[in-house]
Amino acid sequence: MLDVKSRWTPYWQAAPLAFVFFVFFVLPLAITFMVSFWTYTGYSITPAFVADNYVTAFDKCFASLPDLCTTFRTYLSTLKFCLMVWLITLVLGFTIAYYLVFEIKSPTTRIVLALLTTIPFWTSNVIRMISWIPLLGRNGLINQALMNAGITSQPVDWLLYSSFSVTLSLVHINTVFMIVPILNSMSRIDKSLIEAAYDNGAGAWQTIWNVIIPLSKTGIAIGSIFVITVVMGDFISIGLMGGQQIASAGKVIETQITALQFPIAAANAIVLLAVVLMIVWTLLRFVDIRKEL
Amino acid sequence: MKKTDNVGISRRTLLKGSAITAGFIGTTVVTGFPAVHADEPITLRYLSTATNQSPAIAAKAKEVLGINIEYVTVTTDDVTKRILTQPDSFDLVDSEYFQLKNLIPSGSLVGIDAKKIKLVDKLVPALTQGKVNGKSIGDQGTAPHKVFYLEKQRGKTFASEPTDWITLIPTTYNADTLGIRPDLIKRPIDSWAELLNPEFKGKAAILNIPSIGIMDAAMVNEAMGLVKYGDKGNMTKEEIDKTIATLIEAKKAGQFRAFWSDFNESVNLMASGETVIQSMWSPAVTAVRLKGIPCTFQPLKEGYRAWAAGFGLPKTLKGKKLDAAYEFINWFLSGWAGAYLNRQGYYAAVLETAKENMQPYEWAFWMEGKPAEKDIMGPDGGLLEKAGTIRDGGSYDTRMGAVACWNSIMDENAYMVQKWNEFIAA
Repeated sequence: MLDVKSRWTPYWQAAPLAFVFFVFFVLPLAITFMVSFWTYTGYSITPAFVADNYVTAFDKCFASLPDLCTTFRTYLSTLKFCLMVWLITLVLGFTIAYYLVFEIKSPTTRIVLALLTTIPFWTSNVIRMISWIPLLGRNGLINQALMNAGITSQPVDWLLYSSFSVTLSLVHINTVFMIVPILNSMSRIDKSLIEAAYDNGAGAWQTIWNVIIPLSKTGIAIGSIFVITVVMGDFISIGLMGGQQIASAGKVIETQITALQFPIAAANAIVLLAVVLMIVWTLLRFVDIRKEL
Repeated sequence: MKKTDNVGISRRTLLKGSAITAGFIGTTVVTGFPAVHADEPITLRYLSTATNQSPAIAAKAKEVLGINIEYVTVTTDDVTKRILTQPDSFDLVDSEYFQLKNLIPSGSLVGIDAKKIKLVDKLVPALTQGKVNGKSIGDQGTAPHKVFYLEKQRGKTFASEPTDWITLIPTTYNADTLGIRPDLIKRPIDSWAELLNPEFKGKAAILNIPSIGIMDAAMVNEAMGLVKYGDKGNMTKEEIDKTIATLIEAKKAGQFRAFWSDFNESVNLMASGETVIQSMWSPAVTAVRLKGIPCTFQPLKEGYRAWAAGFGLPKTLKGKKLDAAYEFINWFLSGWAGAYLNRQGYYAAVLETAKENMQPYEWAFWMEGKPAEKDIMGPDGGLLEKAGTIRDGGSYDTRMGAVACWNSIMDENAYMVQKWNEFIAA
């Protein structure tokens, strides 16, 4: 009796979370997958099992190579932002986490500074986006400063509604996702290991490269997963900061949903999911998160 | 999206229904009067976009009718989505006519009984017949008169002749055009073709709602003489290809500063000077002007792209709520609300009653295109126009008479959306 009870206890303990996951994650995903094979009109969707939606998603993609079709171009552009944002947030996140863990001695200061990194989240996404306009816009602060300083005579246009502004805002929002997990990993590094490295004659860079980075790998991997999944699915930042002129995989899905074309939107969502899962899988090849947690 | 609620009465509606019946019987037994207003005030959940909602109208309806109006605010596309997927989540909807092609075949809305609408004969001919001042206006696209009547109350096809079953009772409508910054352009603008004029490179914008944006794009293409359309509101695949090709070319040449999909974005773009010419909606022009920045809703020689919205009833509505909905619709047409809308630059569905509720100088400014005798105030009481100004585009007859096409859903809508995504990705 006691045996049976203890054997089942962990399952019961895990059951509530499993239930939540099932209802809010597995089920919707399964339905999305199912609907992606359905057919549709402007006002109805009909159960079916056709691959039409996937064919439309990759319309002329292979026939027109080497020219890139819309879908490939969209993914390429999304991946480009993903890579840039990932690199920048990684460098920033690592540096900030390093500073907080190894340079700040007082734990109170460290906590206060760590909380400060969440400031971008104190306002709503939309307000945050709109407030870039007076800063980066044609008549914005930066342009006025540049012109007053005599650096340019005409306002600089590429500051806003460009790849630059999209990258800037994505970095602004996502750096904190990198900071927190890396901070977490770094603060668990035994300080004596670093002392040992110095004692053995390693320089500062050698210590970082050979001791701190390998020991922060889990944090880096988790942060990367956060940043990559958020950027791959983003359509609000890319839309607003790109002046809606830059395509993203998420925006394509959004347009189709608003046009009530749920099945093809579902098909695109599945494609996006597959791409993201492949990236995450590749990342996990380098770091075994479970082993190092 | 799929019709699932045909099976029967859901538990919730049943409960609601019996509660209402119980309440009703209760009142009857106790007081002996089957009075509608005797018991709890009725609340109508009014689904529409923010554009069509105003606390002032709700407050007035409460005062006059004793009906609570509870606004459910969503975006244009979400109005349609709600009607199709959650037809019992509202009691009254204010939807655009062009969405009807998707709404009516789904059976989510039922025809409104014309006999119960007191002013049904006074509804403007611009919407019921496609005529202004006796002359036919442009009817490309989903012109309201094409989708005004149903064959029968629960019909899924439109009637070509007037019947007793109306799809939507009009609330507001307007003629849209390009908005410009006259202070920055400094020369007259008179054609849709100017949107793609290289002179405004990097300073133009188009709206990123495919079903409306494509119409603006078509006006531009036609004005430039690049495409001849059979029906701009129902393009062939080839016409869609050509229209999008022009847009892609312009985009690659850097013509557009941005695309907007939200009212506030369009205001910001124009007010900040990021754009000087763009697709725009009339309240957005007003919003820019209220900031003290010059902005003109520029009439163009090729005409306007028009839209119209109206009240629809969900098929689930019944009993006292249904009566209240009819009562509210009748009140809406009776003048106060119409005058309120006219003063915002929209047009009311029944002009006679709206006129009775406006000052003569207001009517002269908004509807007759005459110079304002006195300062014109906005709905919030702020100064909108100084005495002496003339409304952009002039009188009702001039503006509505120059309508070239209407917002629409095309037969090739799926293809169009696909091509539009291509344009955004280009």
